[in-house]
Amino acid sequence: MKLTLRVWRQQNAETPGAMATYEVDRISQDMSFLEMLDTLNEELILAGDEPVAFDHDCREGICGACSLVINGDAHGPERTTTCQLHMRSFQDGDTIDIEPWRASAFPVVKDLVVDRSAFDRIIQAGGYVSAPTGTAPDAHATPVPKPDADFAFEHAECIGCGACVAACPNGSAMLFTSAKVNHLNVLPQGAPERETRVLDMVATMDDEGFGGCTLTGECATACPKGIPLPSIAAMNKEWLRATRKVRR
Amino acid sequence: MADYTTYTTGEPVTDTKAPSGPVAERWNTRRFEAKLVNPANRRKHTVIVVGTGLAGGSAGATLAEQGYHVVQFCFQDSPRRAHSVAAQGGINAAKNYRNDGDSVHRLFYDTVKGGDFRARESNVHRLAEISVEIIDQCVAQGVPFAREYGGLLDNRSFGGVQVSRTFYARGQTGQQLLLGAYQALSRQIAAGNVEMHARTEMLDLIVVDGKARGIVARDLITGRIDTYFADAVVLASGGYGNVFYLSTNAMNSNATAIWRAHRRGAWFANPCFTQIHPTCIPRTGDHQSKLTLMSESLRNDGRIWVPKAKGDDRPAGEIPEDERDYYLERIYPAFGNLVPRDIASRAAKNVCDEGRGVGPGGQGVYLDFAEAIERMGRAEVEEKYGNLFDMYARITAEDPYETPMRIYPAVHYTMGGLWVDYDLQTTIPGLFAIGEANFSDHGANRLGASALMQGLADGYFVLPSTINDYLARNPHTDDLDADHPAVAEALAETEDRLSLLLAVDGDRTPDSFHRELGELMWEYCGMARTEQGLRKALERIPVIREEFWRRIKVPGTGEQLNQSLEKANRIVDYLELAELMCLDALHRAESCGGHFREESQTPEGEAARRDEEFSYAATWEFSATGEAPVLHKEDLVFEYVHPTQRSYA
Repeated sequence: MKLTLRVWRQQNAETPGAMATYEVDRISQDMSFLEMLDTLNEELILAGDEPVAFDHDCREGICGACSLVINGDAHGPERTTTCQLHMRSFQDGDTIDIEPWRASAFPVVKDLVVDRSAFDRIIQAGGYVSAPTGTAPDAHATPVPKPDADFAFEHAECIGCGACVAACPNGSAMLFTSAKVNHLNVLPQGAPERETRVLDMVATMDDEGFGGCTLTGECATACPKGIPLPSIAAMNKEWLRATRKVRR
Repeated sequence: MADYTTYTTGEPVTDTKAPSGPVAERWNTRRFEAKLVNPANRRKHTVIVVGTGLAGGSAGATLAEQGYHVVQFCFQDSPRRAHSVAAQGGINAAKNYRNDGDSVHRLFYDTVKGGDFRARESNVHRLAEISVEIIDQCVAQGVPFAREYGGLLDNRSFGGVQVSRTFYARGQTGQQLLLGAYQALSRQIAAGNVEMHARTEMLDLIVVDGKARGIVARDLITGRIDTYFADAVVLASGGYGNVFYLSTNAMNSNATAIWRAHRRGAWFANPCFTQIHPTCIPRTGDHQSKLTLMSESLRNDGRIWVPKAKGDDRPAGEIPEDERDYYLERIYPAFGNLVPRDIASRAAKNVCDEGRGVGPGGQGVYLDFAEAIERMGRAEVEEKYGNLFDMYARITAEDPYETPMRIYPAVHYTMGGLWVDYDLQTTIPGLFAIGEANFSDHGANRLGASALMQGLADGYFVLPSTINDYLARNPHTDDLDADHPAVAEALAETEDRLSLLLAVDGDRTPDSFHRELGELMWEYCGMARTEQGLRKALERIPVIREEFWRRIKVPGTGEQLNQSLEKANRIVDYLELAELMCLDALHRAESCGGHFREESQTPEGEAARRDEEFSYAATWEFSATGEAPVLHKEDLVFEYVHPTQRSYA
């Protein structure tokens, strides 16, 4: 396949960026999207240019590092991570726009690399169970009903890639935050910190500059792990419950 | 050039710090004998932890809970992305919740045997004991393990064992355990007990007066190279499978932290012990950047086969049952498709070498779920393996519910690593290595679902006990002076190395060298090794290294995010480590576990160990780049599990 790529190039956070156009040839349908970019980068290096910087690591769809907006869609046309997107999803002769995550809470670091440390700070605000090592009772001491365990797992699948934020017209992090709140709040182990968790995580999310949620649902459509939209409603319920309980 | 292969043999390793006495009592004894640091004094001690995977994340969190000041590093943009996240299948624990005859002793026995009698009994027994606590700890943290309808934890069996002791979270166990550790670490970061440096890569170790006192690290965003000081340094930087270029490791996983520590005096043990995982998705072409593993748990219900006839290129569905060779079930009737990884991998290579492989280039075998779908129903198969099937379909554009998967072995894990004693301390006092970065527990072959167990055992339980002893015996002295010659030297060496990489301005990309080295290693130091092949590789590696320093091209500058520079710098270390791996493989003229020397096999073609000559851990001391290292042998003593020819038939 022969493709025209229009790629966001930006030297660093301070310098304004712009789209640059490249042609790539001999792209195989079996290549992953990132392998296609590898091909471009090998050519750029040999030409003495700087390769396009992009985040990637496991290339198995689980680490959450890769983060490209492809033709306007977070992670591109398929519901998966960029690393698991393959070139068979494109046609010979296509022009493909490649941009970084777009959200003010995710400033661009260089080219297609953004700073997602705000997500870490949301987790630090309460996305854990305070269970210091060595204090645990036997794992079977507290049975967890299977539906609750499954609900927790479904939300724990979040890989923290940030596609939800990139896809949201408001740059909201509600889906990310709700995924962790719901994972932990439904479990008996997470119950003691149930209220402070949701209140602190939501407050931090707001402080980090993520936008508000208007339930457009783009986040859940873009999520490569299928975190469902009702997750947000469930978190809102947790939050409301917590505000009332804490006030009392 | 001095011949790299004319190594000398130095003093044997004798003191491993493991207490004597009954194996089941040793860990208790060591914990009691270890000195403690007064809680009030702990905050005065700084501990550097490099890496935030299962071992590093759990160690950082636990040390911080104990009151130490932890300074932690990862090259990823977040500690949540360390490659432990990609482990799929599960984690072993001798809970015996299934009442199927499991026990700590059986897990100990299975692990020593699975490692083909090249691991230390003391360490392995400790691992088996701790396995039980790990599950408790993770459940308490809210790790959503698979559960049954009664609300209790589910288990499954895994390659190389006959009991169900593997706990799992669908096919994402590594992710869930890692997030548990990451969340525990996040709690400590928020509490101010851990100073976290993400996107910062360790490039050298600082050794002062014979003790590890800090690291040199580069901020990958600004390019700034800085020194960080501590009272002890813990390397949890993972394995070195990326020497092979194509592996199931993450793209950025690398050996720099352990290799630089090795150059500074930490001995490296059993570098040739690499694990080739039998169930990976075959490569599709030269563009391939990495290989993707399909969890070994698939072997519980999938059946592996190839056509009986050579060159049979009919689609799988058109090959009748009696023309299929379910070769693992045929050769190993007791374990069938659940034989250990090294055996399954080699068997796949053998049938492909016979010309019976399937798929492009004949480099693949079928993993067939037709029988499982019939037996369990599609819904249950989906419940158990859904995400793996989806991943396979995504990568290959084939539907594994309809046509059998194609799999082929790929480099997956490295059992070798920095030599550590029972306390997980390297030969440099104050330098500890945990998780895959050390060599300790898996011998010559790791059993499935044991890497997660070891990473968390080391990080949550072992290191936090043993590091106390070192810190108590080495009370906090004055802060290290940044002008100390050892500090200045380590910093200058790092800066010079990066400057040189940028200055060469040759005509080959970092990847082109990495790929060339990887192909060489796969060919000669991969699934089957021969003296002739290893000698060829050992001739070739210095040539590649010389060419690398002449022709490497790294665009951009060092004062910015420069991913080419990061890659090139990692390749510098691969080009030295690869040489040591080949030398180790050459010197070990026996076959054991993942190390298969064609010269040493049984009449049936199985790995033939030569215990009288090689029942030791080969521990290498660095001399200089390209110069023969010194071999130190740690003899292995088996008091409880008596070495036998491993048999899974």
